[in-house]
Amino acid sequence: MTAAVDAREHHLALFKAFAGNGAAGSPAWLRDLRGQAIARFAELGFPSTKQEEWRFTSVAPIAETTFALSHGRDAPGVTASALAPYWIAGPGAIRLVFVNGTFAPALSAAAELPRGVRAGSLRAALASDAELAQRHLARHADYQTSPFAALNTAFLSDGAFVYVPAGVELERPIEVVFAVATDGEREALVAHPRTLVIVERGARATVLESYVAPQGGVYWTNAVTEIALAQGARLEHYRIQRESREAYQVATTHATQDRDTVLRLHPVALGAALARHDLRTELAGTGGELILNGLYLLRGRQHADHHTVIDHAQPHCASHEYFNGLLGEQAHGVFNGRIIVRPGAQRTDSKQTNNNLLLSADARADSQPQLEIYADDVKCTHGSTVGPLDETALYYLRSRGLAAETAAGMLTYGFAAEILGRMEHAAVRDELDRVIRGRLADRTRGGRRGAT
Amino acid sequence: MRGSGKPERESALLEIENLHASVEGREILRGIDLRVNVGEVHAVMGPNGSGKSTLAQVIGGHPAYAVTAGSVLYQGKDLLAMKPEERAREGVFLAFQYPVAIRGITNAYFLRSALNAVRKARGQEELGPVEFMDALEDKLKVIGWDDSYLNRPVNDGFSGGEKKRNEILQLAVLEPKLAILDETDSGLDIDALKTVAHTVDKLRRPESATVLVTHYYRILTHITPDFVHVLSGGRIVKSGTKELALELEEKGYDWLREEAAVG
Ligand SMILES: Nc1ncnc2c1ncn2[C@@H]1O[C@H](COP(=O)(O)OP(=O)(O)OP(=O)(O)O)[C@@H](O)[C@H]1O
Ligand SMILES: [Mg+2]
Repeated sequence: MTAAVDAREHHLALFKAFAGNGAAGSPAWLRDLRGQAIARFAELGFPSTKQEEWRFTSVAPIAETTFALSHGRDAPGVTASALAPYWIAGPGAIRLVFVNGTFAPALSAAAELPRGVRAGSLRAALASDAELAQRHLARHADYQTSPFAALNTAFLSDGAFVYVPAGVELERPIEVVFAVATDGEREALVAHPRTLVIVERGARATVLESYVAPQGGVYWTNAVTEIALAQGARLEHYRIQRESREAYQVATTHATQDRDTVLRLHPVALGAALARHDLRTELAGTGGELILNGLYLLRGRQHADHHTVIDHAQPHCASHEYFNGLLGEQAHGVFNGRIIVRPGAQRTDSKQTNNNLLLSADARADSQPQLEIYADDVKCTHGSTVGPLDETALYYLRSRGLAAETAAGMLTYGFAAEILGRMEHAAVRDELDRVIRGRLADRTRGGRRGAT
Repeated sequence: MRGSGKPERESALLEIENLHASVEGREILRGIDLRVNVGEVHAVMGPNGSGKSTLAQVIGGHPAYAVTAGSVLYQGKDLLAMKPEERAREGVFLAFQYPVAIRGITNAYFLRSALNAVRKARGQEELGPVEFMDALEDKLKVIGWDDSYLNRPVNDGFSGGEKKRNEILQLAVLEPKLAILDETDSGLDIDALKTVAHTVDKLRRPESATVLVTHYYRILTHITPDFVHVLSGGRIVKSGTKELALELEEKGYDWLREEAAVG
């Protein structure tokens, strides 16, 4: 307990220093927002495993580490060539790169954007699009209930801002890259990146968020993403988490969907020693559609916890949620999928599946569906599995001439490929396919090495 | 168990002798004798639970079934000593009564991997994606499918009949020597049934043979079997020709059970 209290004091002290210098020039409303958020964090503190929502995930390693704010730290080692291997969206993408929480225009790839489209630094938008930013920031991601969202909001200074005005169909994907540089740092860094994506009436966009650390190391990313879709908007959103395998990531993604919107979310967790992702969408208008299509691929002692909430607040909405986990070595995957169907949200069509593949005897998965249904004319199904490769499927493949090892590799890959198959952007899908094949091949080699 | 025919040993593709097999400690096959020569079509019939699929799966090499006695020779070699994939590469093909869904793996990728595994074993060159699609075109036509089925995950979300058609597609692509079709005709529409018959007929080369496990006389009107065997209680209780199948159609299986009990 004392460690947690110390940790809280530590972050409050960091805030004092932050509010006192760099952040002082911000508009009054933002200073107020930060002040309320840090006050809320001071009340909530770090969660403990005694709290139901945190039962399987201890944030003690985060609470017990003394972090320094990454913000404003130089990162000479993070060059374009160091980052290039991490690009996901291909050469045509509009790319926004942030290093240690600050926009890095020299590493970014700007492009001529259709009239009214914004894709740039949130810090700049706070001045140029103040009204928009103020209308949406902290309106979707609730910091009252989450100490991590509160902390991110308190330290809010930069991040990605994407705005697609009504009727614009943006073909090129916008790739947002958050990189943390650990070289030359004696202290562990903490970054609080913020992303705000607004897609207006009838507009369409593809946005990727990517979290990388070319130099590896211990640090903490505490990210918040807010997504607002106005009537008839469509967004395909990818989130590729490839933090250092020693790092911590806590992430909050909150989306609000107005009438007749289509949101396709693809969260993919590959990195971090300890990762927690709280993902919440509110179907706040009739006729909304959500595809939540996630993957976690872990090994070593990696731990990843996904808590999702799909809130059917209005009738005639559909949500299809698929999460597959591949867990090797001593990895631990946690999935908690809550579906709320509010009174009056009739004709809700909701489907949730979470399948976990245990690739070793020491791997572990905990899967929990939570359905809260307050309407009667609804269709809600859920299912989850935890287990090793299916023997019958292995035999079926072998009976067609495939060697046992090939068959096992194919089934394992298929588990990930099932999720990739729902991704609509071909270049992104192909690149992720390459990344995941590489991971799986790596795993096999690692396994053999371990055996000798 | 064969009534008549050519007894020369070199024409035998499959020779089963006194085969006993159990699953989870329960004996299912209790002394099967069956000889299948090249060029022949055998039909295996029998009541539900009599052991037909067990026999098929033992030949396929399913790890859940333990052979407790007897022998199975394939082309004169000990089939039971071979891994399932070795059997497939040697030309054994089992169309499953319940084909298995493989999530995330497209039919095209699966089929090409399987074909290349078999081709490699035969000393043939492996096919790239483009060559494979060319080679596949005719086979698809035979079963009346377009490319869309190739881009779907193997059997995932397929209807019962589609799964059976997919087994036939695999059969057509892999061109085995010994094809064992476990109720591939069940759940098929009339056109698909004709397709199965056609494919099996085409496989009727001098060097290959087919074992059809079926409940229905209908398929035997398209593919005339050389022999019909009745499996009951884990034994072959009667063998005959096509006429036996017709007799079963009329009389059912009870009279055979009684006959077996008496005899
Ligand atoms: N894996 C298994 N575990 C337990 N019992 C099994 C298993 N496989 C088969 N059996 C049992 O063995 C017996 C024979 O089953 P089999 O599937 O071979 O029958 P079948 O003749 O193919 O029947 P059907 O005509 O219904 O397909 C049945 O009683 C079945 O319940
Ligand atoms: Mg059967």
